[in-house]
Amino acid sequence: MNSKAKQGESVDFSTSLKKTAKMLFRVFPNIVAVVLLSGLIMKFVPMNRLSEFLGGGFFTDGLVGTGIGSISIGNPLVSYVLGGEMLDQGVSLMAVTALLVSWVTVGSIQLPAEIQTFGARFALLRNGLSFVFALIIAFLVLLTMQFLTS
Amino acid sequence: MNESAVKQKSGAKKESVWGAYLFLLIVICIYLVLLLFDFDRTFSAVQFSLGMLKKLLPILGLVSCFMFLNNLFVKPSWVKNHVGHDSGWKGVIIAVIGGTLSMGPIYVWYGILQELQKKGMRTSLIASFLYARSVKPQLLPLMIYYFGWLYALVLVFYLLIFSVLNGFVTERMMRS
Repeated sequence: MNSKAKQGESVDFSTSLKKTAKMLFRVFPNIVAVVLLSGLIMKFVPMNRLSEFLGGGFFTDGLVGTGIGSISIGNPLVSYVLGGEMLDQGVSLMAVTALLVSWVTVGSIQLPAEIQTFGARFALLRNGLSFVFALIIAFLVLLTMQFLTS
Repeated sequence: MNESAVKQKSGAKKESVWGAYLFLLIVICIYLVLLLFDFDRTFSAVQFSLGMLKKLLPILGLVSCFMFLNNLFVKPSWVKNHVGHDSGWKGVIIAVIGGTLSMGPIYVWYGILQELQKKGMRTSLIASFLYARSVKPQLLPLMIYYFGWLYALVLVFYLLIFSVLNGFVTERMMRS
């Protein structure tokens, strides 16, 4: 390792403090914006009526479940309660699993903040893949559960 | 080596803070428009958001401490060795366990991950960390209560597998 790199590695207390403050200044508007957007979603999207969109075919239910989970925001606890209610109402396990997984893996609301931080290519790829993976996981969980409980 | 130089260049490009403020400004404009159409509901959304921000402050404080300690003690050479391009499975395990144990909303962690990326953290491990956040050990008892232990176990198993896969595929697609 050259001397320049070594010099770059040693950071003192005040430089660290300055760097942290700078980083917070950069990150804070994103956090406030995402929280404000979450507030809008929570107040304008009727979470308790989401199950009305389900009840189609096997694949369609998975897709709708993933879609709902992707635009939803809030504590995953809410998704468990919602998912539990949906199961009681007869919604398929595939749709509920897709909703649970996409709720915590796909972030449509925080996507602008993620693009800001890591770049559009990374954020879109990661979230796009997470969307597809939510469907695949839902299918695999369904298969595994059927296999284990049969 | 060339690849990391390119990454550092693109990292420097992302430094601009104004995009974040523009995003905030757009959201504030949406609120102002909505206030005209549905004052009560929009006002209740503001109150809800303020409550959420209040809850977030301790986590943000904790993450700020992590950021500070990261700036002070975590050297680029350590990052390169443990979560860098040649970190192998050790890096994957660190990212997945780190993601699983991290608290609070995902966006609170963006800043510290960006710093680690600048110090040499591998792209795939950032994606794995973010995906592994889907496993919530603290909420596991509740998941078992609602869906049963077998379902919880199967789901957590697949989430862990796919967090590794998500990182791997994201990095592959970023390169291509």
